[in-house]
Amino acid sequence: MALPISQTKASVLENLDAVRAMIRRHKRNDIVFATIGLLALMLGLLTLLTLFVNLVMDGYPRFNLQFLSDFPSRRAGSAGLLSAWVGSALIMIVTFLTAVPVGVAAGLYLEEYAPKNWFSDLIEINVSNLAGVPSIIYGLLALGLFVYGLDLGQSILTAGLTLGLLILPIVIVSTREAIRSIPVAIREAAYAVGATKWQVVSDHVVKYSQGGILTGVIIGMSRAIGETAPIITIGALTFIAFLPPSPISDVAPYLNFEWLSSSFTVLPIQMFNWLSRPDHAFHINAAATGAIIIVVTLLMNGTAIYLRYKIRKNIKW
Amino acid sequence: MNTATNMLNNATALQISPRLAKNIRRNFKERIIELILMLAALSAVFTTFAIVAILLYESFGFFKSVSLVEFFTGTQWTPLFEDAHYGIMPLIAGTLTTSFVALAVAVPVGTITAIYLSEFASHKTREITKPILELLVGVPTIAFGYFALLFVTPLLQKIFPELPGFNMLSAGLVMGVMIVPYIASVAEDAMRAVPMSMREGSYAMGATRFQTALRVVTPAATSGIVAAYILAISRAVGETMVVAVAAGQQPNLTFDPTEGAATITAYIVQVAMGDLPHASIGYQSIFAAGLVLFVMTLCFNILGHVVRKKYREQY
Repeated sequence: MALPISQTKASVLENLDAVRAMIRRHKRNDIVFATIGLLALMLGLLTLLTLFVNLVMDGYPRFNLQFLSDFPSRRAGSAGLLSAWVGSALIMIVTFLTAVPVGVAAGLYLEEYAPKNWFSDLIEINVSNLAGVPSIIYGLLALGLFVYGLDLGQSILTAGLTLGLLILPIVIVSTREAIRSIPVAIREAAYAVGATKWQVVSDHVVKYSQGGILTGVIIGMSRAIGETAPIITIGALTFIAFLPPSPISDVAPYLNFEWLSSSFTVLPIQMFNWLSRPDHAFHINAAATGAIIIVVTLLMNGTAIYLRYKIRKNIKW
Repeated sequence: MNTATNMLNNATALQISPRLAKNIRRNFKERIIELILMLAALSAVFTTFAIVAILLYESFGFFKSVSLVEFFTGTQWTPLFEDAHYGIMPLIAGTLTTSFVALAVAVPVGTITAIYLSEFASHKTREITKPILELLVGVPTIAFGYFALLFVTPLLQKIFPELPGFNMLSAGLVMGVMIVPYIASVAEDAMRAVPMSMREGSYAMGATRFQTALRVVTPAATSGIVAAYILAISRAVGETMVVAVAAGQQPNLTFDPTEGAATITAYIVQVAMGDLPHASIGYQSIFAAGLVLFVMTLCFNILGHVVRKKYREQY
């Protein structure tokens, strides 16, 4: 049913104002949403900033070398972090030595060797599932398996292995991502001159994915430094007024492994302990510890993000 | 090893050229390397197996002395008291309440952030803000615990003067901010996967950015967005330090976020901080609680992956 031309024109003119109003309204909605979106984005950033400033301001009185060289104490003013940061550092050594070789090897297997069958699928499902398991469950695993099952006790070795297992999925996933970005042509070129599979993998694949793997390792290690729950679950002590035996001895073979079975405390546990005391003086110590942990983890994460950015920019296959 | 030496012996016996013998040695080495790499990959399977085995084994001891009916229907959780009750309900209630508060923050903020990053933000804004969101993920949770207990709670107490020092509200709110990056990044990936041509079709019809985002991109990315929510629930349920520090450690059967209550994770921490003898009922109870937590997060994780994989729109 076509309307006469004059009538259509009239109705269009009549509606024009309504249409213009509608367009204005929708354009305004666009701007309103963009503002809300920016605010939502800022919420995270502002929280991070407030959190950090809050910790630094609360913990300010304790920022001195004394704090790093004193043992924990019953008096808040003379309590320090010595045993905690030494414990954290030693545990990181164990974690690094277990998670990196195993994680990189697993990533290499899954990307370069694994045939497409149910067996490889099983491994893959397990890796992605493990990434979603809450960290405290790893603590229960360690308590049942390492502490009592294998009788390793509440030692640095137990804690290091636990955190190693915890960051294993991170290392595996980042290794795989790094490997996947290497073009097939590189492998084919190596095969063409007679290299074996392992020669291709170790001389080319690993070499070109080094940066990506390193990024994942740094992110994993920074996660391990800040983890509290699994280490508490193992039953770490909170009041350690001694240092583990030194890993370096002055007699041959110059290395000493007694430290592995020593009891320990770490930075986040020391912070948790001070935080759960009612006395406010200890909260100052907790804040100072928190600020130190955040600086360390942010520096590590920042390095990893910068590294990834650099790699992405520089690679031209 | 034997076969290889035999093969080598045969090779020399049959006067096979040294080159062929070298080849055999080389193949043998390759096999060994592959086997070692496979064992490393199997460590993931082993870990999952060990987690399930340990949780089941210790829980089995627990359920010898506590009936399943009491465990799931009891309304009191006091395993460490003289008058011990083993009803997990209060811990589950605490876990669900804190998770719900967290999601009430993280779902809207995370979704809006994802839409903004994917549809509105310029390339430059995205390049700058995404790493910052990643940094937020890297902050240790104990620091967020401090923030919830000594910054957010006093702030909330100015608005609600009768709020107790330990409450699920502040723990949940802080946890919510912590979870935002997870939702934002998974949901944004899903939105970016929607093909450009669909947006262009929408723009060609005269739709604005907001209309396109709401009516075209979001419906097309629903499966990814829902998967992001489900993975976030699993994250919230398993979160430990924030709730252990700020929500209190007293089991309390309530869904009121302004009260304090222990979650499953907070209970495990509380018991582990004490000195419980190995194989006692209290010791076993943390594994039973852990098993419940593990099953909960496993269900959410599997559901999340299924939603993401199965219902992904193919373009």
